Amino acid sequence: MDLRIVHLYPDLMSIYGDRGNVRTLERRAAWRDIAVEVRTCTAGETLDPEWADLYFFGGGQDRGQHLVGADLASANGAALRSAIAGGSAVLAVCGGYQLLGHQYAPQTGPVIPGLGVLDVTTRATKTRFVGDLLAERDGATLVGFENHSGLTTLGPAAVPLARVTHGHGNNGKDRTEGAVQGAIIGTYCHGSVLPKNPWLADLLLTWALRRRHGAVALTTLDDREEDAAHDAAARVARSRR
Amino acid sequence: MRAVFATWAGKLTRVLLVASRRGATALPGLVALTLEPRLLRTLVRGLAHGVVCITGTNGKTTTARMLAAAAREAGWSPVHNRAGSNLDRGIVASLLADASWGGVAQGDAGVFEVDEASVPRVLGDLSPRVLVVTNLFRDQLDRYHEVDALARRLGATIATLPPSTILVLNADDPLVAFLADRHRGTVAFFGIDDPAIGGTERQAISDADRCPRCHAPLSYQRVVLAHEGDWRCGACDFTRPPRDVAATRVALAADSVTLTVAGLAAPLRVPLAGTYNAYNALAALAASRALGIPDTAALRALATVRPAFGRQERLEALGRRMRLLLVKNPAGFDAVVSALLETGQRPRLLAALSDRAADGRDVSWIWDCDVERLAAQAEHVVVTGLRAEDLALRFKYAGLARERMTVVAGWRAATQAALATTPVGGELVILATYTAMQAIRAELAADGHAGRFWED
Ligand SMILES: [Zn+2]
Repeated sequence: MDLRIVHLYPDLMSIYGDRGNVRTLERRAAWRDIAVEVRTCTAGETLDPEWADLYFFGGGQDRGQHLVGADLASANGAALRSAIAGGSAVLAVCGGYQLLGHQYAPQTGPVIPGLGVLDVTTRATKTRFVGDLLAERDGATLVGFENHSGLTTLGPAAVPLARVTHGHGNNGKDRTEGAVQGAIIGTYCHGSVLPKNPWLADLLLTWALRRRHGAVALTTLDDREEDAAHDAAARVARSRR
Repeated sequence: MRAVFATWAGKLTRVLLVASRRGATALPGLVALTLEPRLLRTLVRGLAHGVVCITGTNGKTTTARMLAAAAREAGWSPVHNRAGSNLDRGIVASLLADASWGGVAQGDAGVFEVDEASVPRVLGDLSPRVLVVTNLFRDQLDRYHEVDALARRLGATIATLPPSTILVLNADDPLVAFLADRHRGTVAFFGIDDPAIGGTERQAISDADRCPRCHAPLSYQRVVLAHEGDWRCGACDFTRPPRDVAATRVALAADSVTLTVAGLAAPLRVPLAGTYNAYNALAALAASRALGIPDTAALRALATVRPAFGRQERLEALGRRMRLLLVKNPAGFDAVVSALLETGQRPRLLAALSDRAADGRDVSWIWDCDVERLAAQAEHVVVTGLRAEDLALRFKYAGLARERMTVVAGWRAATQAALATTPVGGELVILATYTAMQAIRAELAADGHAGRFWED
């Protein structure tokens, strides 16, 4: 079995620890004897909508966000949209999450139109949500570190990834964190979200493998280090409130 | 009168702190500044040779230390904020330590490291003769936000400096070199011109893949560290500026770096390892020339410079040698690890990650570090710190086998475990974030293996 991953805009949208997510997908597949190939695609290059099973789209600085917004408005946006329609899975973090929505309205300057594959909209504010985050989803817990000044609101087609118990999440008001729509997951837990949430990494792997290999039951891994780091981060999030 | 009173209050705080055997690095400054907010301006006015400010993400402390040593060698009496309390209160505290009780600074030159985020606030008060910018990398994002925004604010501050200020900039860092556009006065560039230093492969961590002027991709003839190297823009005419202080040859050894610099009578040798210390030495030499310090004094001073807190400090305990390497961000981590592995050793490590404010609350930066390279060569790693579990997980995904790693909670237990895995006569490398390094160092000091860091 094999898995193909594309890391989108690694030079422009990889602000903090984003590579850890790709590495985690890579290793967790390899530990199960799934051959993995990772390619990158950045602004100005041509995205092949047929190739990848899984896309990773990280967070960026304002400058990156503008360049990527412009690139997504070109043929690459159409290619990514068609890849998603064809069943590819996506993990988008922070800025990447925002750009998959309908639009991102910065504090100053023109609105950046998003890809519109996630039913969410984001508007920048003066307050910045910075800190450890803890959220729940069907018995699993999501730990992460959020750092964003965009407030994201979900439309009816997107469902929250998790319910916030400690921290701010999408907008600091409705206790939602992230969004799921089809095989797309968006989250504000930036950087190393997957290493410490192996259930989320495995969920994405299952969705990605489905495209070319059908339903795959992943073998269980020895996750003692993952669980220890997850529990430590959860303790930190609880103690900082 | 307020300045005199504030000086008294600050000095008194210092005396009490020193008497109670606590480090007097910043609190006296805080007390004095609360009483007289303009004290900084008043105190630096008395420094005859003026002030040098050193800022940038990495290398501030070591560069400042080298420059202060050069100034002393030239017969000056520099006032220097040594202990890394690099905010305005730390600077005031260091000025107070040497000030008379009447509020007059006793030194004749100021060598201050200034936190890049504090530059806009304090530069006006310090009116530096020379401003050095070492490099700009991604740092603790939760504190300083984004490196682009930081570079913009730094540029805006530089635009307010008088033309008489000399700017000393790293030509090899495009984000730093770009700052020259904002200055009306003289700029001196330093860089590494040795074609044997650096590779052609892009390094994973880069904050300047794109031209700061036109945003087109940059191309590199040579990548030295992160985004430092021999670069040019593929689209506009922005290129690496000519170097005023250039190392044409860099010889790296296990415990030192020797540089051949055009115009120097003899090679410049510093007893600190790693390419990043070559940059620190070049920055110090360029700044010392900008101040008019004779090269001979700089050469002598740099040859005997002692490492600052956690910057390749060497200690001994129970017959084992220890090397203390402070890490704060991915670029610093990669630079320190390169220096460690360049000489081909298989290190035994005590690796400590914490998440207090001074370490960075967000620990995800470890995923941007090239831990893979370290894991491939490490003999054994004892992992500790407030976020030991995160670091252990990072080592796991970097490919370190479970049997080569032990997670130990508690500073004392971890330090002892790491020493126990190191054979007598061998070396233990201690790689730690700021507060973790303080804690480990305090354990070593308690057992008499190290001095207290503010006494250095
Ligand atoms: Zn350009």
